Amino acid sequence: MSVSNSIGKFDWVTIFIYFALIAFGWANIYSATLTDSSSTFFDFSQIQTKQLVWIALSFILIVFILAIDSKFYERFSSLLFLIAVVSLLGLFIFGSTIAGQTAWYAFGSFRIQPSEFVKAATALAMAKYLSDIQTNIHTFKDQLKAFAIIAIPIVLVLLQPDPGSALIYFAFLFPLFREGMHFVYLLLGFFAAVLFTTTLAFGHEWVIFGVIAISLLVYYKHRKKRPNLFKYIFIAASCIIFSLSVEYVFENVFKQHHRDRFNIILGKEVDLKGVGYNTNQSEIAIGSGGWTGKGWTEGTQTKGNFVPEQHTDYIFSTVGEEWGFLGSFLVVALFVFLILRLLYLAENQNSTFSRVYGYSVASILFVHFFVNISMVIGLFPTVGIPLPFLSYGGSGLWAFTILLFIFIKLDSQKHVNR
Amino acid sequence: MRKWLLYSLVILSGIIFTARLLYLQVFDSSFQQMSEVNAVSIVYDYPQRGYVYDRNGKLLVANQPSYDVMVIPRNVKTLDTLEFCKMLRMEKEDLERILAKSRIYSPRLPSVVLPQLTKDEYAYLQERMYKYPGFYIQKRTLRDYHINHSGNILGYIAEVNQKTIEEKPYYQMGDLIGITGVEAQYEEVLRGVKGVKYIQKDRFNRDIGAYKEGIFDTLPMPGKDITLSIDETLQAYGELLMKNKRGGIVAIEPETGEILALVSAPGYDPALLVGRQRSKNYTTLYHDSIAKPLYDRGLLAEYAPGSTFKIMNALIALEENVIDENNTFSCSHGYSYGRGRKMGCHSHPSPVNLNKGIYESCNAYFANIYRRIIEKYPTPQDGIDRWSHHLKSFGLGGFLGNDLPIGRPGKIPTSTYYNKIYNFPTYKWFSTATISNAIGQGEVITTPIQLANMTAAIANRGYYITPHVIKEIDGKPIDDPTYTEKNYTTVHPQYFEPVIEGMFDVYNKGTASRLQVEGIEICGKTGTAENFTKIDGKKTQLTDHSIFIAFAPKDNPKIAVAIFVENGYWGGRYAGRMAGLMIEKYLKGTITRQDMEEWVLSRSLEDEYAKPLSGKPFSINQ
Repeated sequence: MSVSNSIGKFDWVTIFIYFALIAFGWANIYSATLTDSSSTFFDFSQIQTKQLVWIALSFILIVFILAIDSKFYERFSSLLFLIAVVSLLGLFIFGSTIAGQTAWYAFGSFRIQPSEFVKAATALAMAKYLSDIQTNIHTFKDQLKAFAIIAIPIVLVLLQPDPGSALIYFAFLFPLFREGMHFVYLLLGFFAAVLFTTTLAFGHEWVIFGVIAISLLVYYKHRKKRPNLFKYIFIAASCIIFSLSVEYVFENVFKQHHRDRFNIILGKEVDLKGVGYNTNQSEIAIGSGGWTGKGWTEGTQTKGNFVPEQHTDYIFSTVGEEWGFLGSFLVVALFVFLILRLLYLAENQNSTFSRVYGYSVASILFVHFFVNISMVIGLFPTVGIPLPFLSYGGSGLWAFTILLFIFIKLDSQKHVNR
Repeated sequence: MRKWLLYSLVILSGIIFTARLLYLQVFDSSFQQMSEVNAVSIVYDYPQRGYVYDRNGKLLVANQPSYDVMVIPRNVKTLDTLEFCKMLRMEKEDLERILAKSRIYSPRLPSVVLPQLTKDEYAYLQERMYKYPGFYIQKRTLRDYHINHSGNILGYIAEVNQKTIEEKPYYQMGDLIGITGVEAQYEEVLRGVKGVKYIQKDRFNRDIGAYKEGIFDTLPMPGKDITLSIDETLQAYGELLMKNKRGGIVAIEPETGEILALVSAPGYDPALLVGRQRSKNYTTLYHDSIAKPLYDRGLLAEYAPGSTFKIMNALIALEENVIDENNTFSCSHGYSYGRGRKMGCHSHPSPVNLNKGIYESCNAYFANIYRRIIEKYPTPQDGIDRWSHHLKSFGLGGFLGNDLPIGRPGKIPTSTYYNKIYNFPTYKWFSTATISNAIGQGEVITTPIQLANMTAAIANRGYYITPHVIKEIDGKPIDDPTYTEKNYTTVHPQYFEPVIEGMFDVYNKGTASRLQVEGIEICGKTGTAENFTKIDGKKTQLTDHSIFIAFAPKDNPKIAVAIFVENGYWGGRYAGRMAGLMIEKYLKGTITRQDMEEWVLSRSLEDEYAKPLSGKPFSINQ
C-alpha cells in the first residue's frame, strides 16, 4: 500500500483545517514572542523560528505516518502503549524537573514531554481493547480493565505532578460511553464534578446539608412506592464522604497554586495582581480586541507581555487581542467543525478499532479545546494544557499531529480494513 | 442516542464560547480602556516657555532649570526612610504624608515629593537617586525674573488646579499655567504646545518602544517670545516714586494705546512667586489684607475722579453747545443751589470762563455748565443719559477691554440708576440732585487705567485705542484690530483745543503752576477726592486722595498719565509732582526737577494709612 495510491482517499477537509490552524497558530506565536527587531529571523533561539522547525519536522512525520500500513497501528497498539507507559515511568529516573514538574526528557536544549504522546498510545490501546472480540463493555470486569488503561497514565502523570494533563484522560469516557458503557458512569462523573465544585465554593457543611435535604425530599415524594431506605442512605452517605474527601484532598494534597487557581474561578479570590493575574490579563487582552482586533503584531497587551505563557497555553488571548471577535470566532468555529468532522468520520468507520480510535481523537481534541479556551476566557480554573495546533511546543504539536494523522490514515483505509 | 451526546457538547461549547467572546470583545468596552491603562503610557515633552521683553528690548522674564524629586508609588521598594529623609533634608512625617497622598492620587503616575531643588542640591542628589527605585529627579523650567518689579503686569505661573484641568483638557496634573497678568493673558502664546509620546510598556512597566511606531506622537511647539509695550525704566521709576504710598500710576502712549507703565503700589517682586518658597510667599502676600500687594490698583481700584473729571464736563458742554469758551459764570466761594444748599469753592478771581474754570478748578463754573448740559433736555433723565453716553465714548463706566485678565467697570450713572435710588416716578429728581457729578465727586467712579485712557483720548483730540501691554509676538507687531483701531469719542475734535488750552494753563498759571518741567509743555488737571471708610460701622472721612491727569507734549503728545495716590491730600501735592516726574523721565530720560523728586521719594504716607487702624481719634487733611 503506497501513499500515492491513497491520496484521493485522505480526508482533505480535516487536513486543510489542520494546516489552517497550524499556520494561524504560528502567526500568533510570532506576534506573542516578538521582542525587538534586532534579532534575525533565523536565530534558532527565537521561539517563532523553533516552532517553524517543529512544524517542518511534523510534515515529515505526517509522510511517515501516512506511509505506514494501517494494520501496523492496530497490531502494535499494545506495544506502543507499553512503550508509552515505560517512557512515563522512566521520567522518575531520567526526567528533568522544570517548574516543579518532572515531565521532560532533556537532550541538551531539546526537550520532549512524553505525556503528550501517551494520549495517542492510550487511544490506540483503548481502541484495540474495545475492538477485541472478547471484550464486553457491559460486564463490570471489562469495564474495570478499560478503566485501568486510562488509570495507568493518569496516575503516572499525576505523580509528575501534572494535574492538567491528567484531566485530559477523562476524554476517554466519551468513546466508552459511545461503545455502550452504562450512562451511570457519565452521570457519576457529572455528579462528582458538581459535588467537587460546590464543596470548594460553599464548604462541605452546606453540601452535606444540601445532600440530606434533597435525599429527604426525593424520599418523601416517592414514599408511596415504599422505596428502599438503605439505598437512599447509601447514596447520601457516598455523596457526603466524597465531599469530605474532596475538601481533604483540596486542603492537604493540592499545592497552594492549584488551590488558588480554583479559588479564582469560584470567585473566592479577587487579588488581580497576584493569582488572578493570568485570567484577568487574558480577559483584558481578549476584551480589548473588539470586533476586528488591533491587527497582527499590534496587540499592546501581547507586546507588553502582560499575559504570562501567552505563546503556549494562553495563545488564544493573542488571537483575541490582535484578530478580535472575528479571529477568535474563526478559531472556535474551526475547532468545532474539525471535531464534528472527526466524529462524523468515526461514526462511518467499518472497523470497531478505527471507530473507537477516531472517537478518542475527537474526544481528546474536544477536552483540550474546551478546557483551554474556557480557561483563557475566564470560564474555568487555570489548568496548564495547550490549545492543540496553535500553542507553542514541539512535543504537543508532534503528538497532536501523530494522533490526528493516524486516524486520517485509518480513515483512508476503511474499505480495505473490513 | 449515544452518538449525539458528544456532538451536542461540541456544538454547545461552541455556542457558549461565541457568546462569551461577544460579551468580552464587543459588548463590554471596559477592557479596551483597561488595556490602554495597562500597556500604554504617555510622556510629555514640554517646550520652553516664551521670554518676555520690554518695549526697548530689555529682557524681563526668562527661564531657569529646576529639579523636582518625583515618585511613582508602585515602583517604590522597601525604603530606608531615615536615610532618605536625611538626604532630602525633610521630616519623616512629611515624607510619609506626601507618599500616602501620592498613592491616593495614583500608584502608577508620578507625584512630586520635593519640588524645585537648586542646582547644587540637584548635583548632590542625582548621584544617589539610583539607590531608591521609584524615585527620580525631573527637570522642569521655572521663570527667571530679571527685574524685581512689575509683578502685577507679568503675573506668575503655577501648577494647574483640578478645576482648570476639567475645563481645559490640554492640561495635566503638574502642568504649569499662567495665573495672572501677562502670563495668564498670553498663556497660549507663551507656553507653546507640549509634545506627546505614547510609549508601549511591558508588564514590568518598562518602556519597550514607541506605541504603534509613534504614529500618534506629536512634536512640541516652542513657546513664542513676546514684547510688551511697557517701558521698564519708566515702570521701575513709577514704582520707586510710589514707595511707601498706595495707589496707581498708568501711563499710555496716546497715539497707539500702548501702556508704558502700570504701577500698583504696593507691588511685589515677581521672583517671590517662584521656587520652593512660592507657596509661603504667596500666602504672606495674599493675607496682607491692609496693603493688598496682590491687588492691582491700576486696574481694579475704583476711585472718584475728583476735579480731573471737570475736563469731561467741559468737553460735553462744548459738544452739546450749551456754552462756548467765552461764557462766564460768577463764583463767590461756591455755588448755591436749592434751599440753602451750597457747593464750596476756594478763593479765586471771579467771574470765570472756560479757561479760567479749568486752571482755577472752579466748582461753581462746572456746577453751572453741568446743569446746562442736563437741563438742555426736557427731562433730567434724558439729560443724564445724553451726558452718560458721551462719557462712555471715552471708555468710562465699562470694562475697557485691555489685555490683562482683570479689570473693573467703574461707574457712570444713568437715568435708570437715579430713578432707582430716588424711587422715580413716586418721587421726582432734578439735575441738582446729581450736581456732585459736575466736580467728579458724586456717583462717578473710575479706575486709574480708565482715567489714563480718558487722558489719552483728550491728548488725541477725540479718539483712543484700547490700552494694551502687548507690542510684539514672536518679533511681529500685533495686528489684532482691538488694539490697533481707533475708538472715536462723541465729542468732536474742534472742542478739544480750548479745553487743552485750559489744561496747559493749569501748569502756566493754575493749580499746578509750581510743578512745571522745563522744556516740556505739559497739559494736566489736578483732582482731589473726598473719601470715606467705615470705622466700627461709622462712616468716617479720611484724608483726600491726590489725583492728577496729564499728557505731554501739548502738541503731538507722547505720553498720557493718570495717577492716584491714596490719602495724598490735594491733587498737586503727590500725584501732580509724580506726573511731572514720570513725564520728564519718559521724554528726557533724566530728571531736572530734582527738588520734586526728592520731595516725593523722601515722603511716606504710612502714618496716614495707619490712622483709621489705630483705634484712636485722628484728624485729616493736614
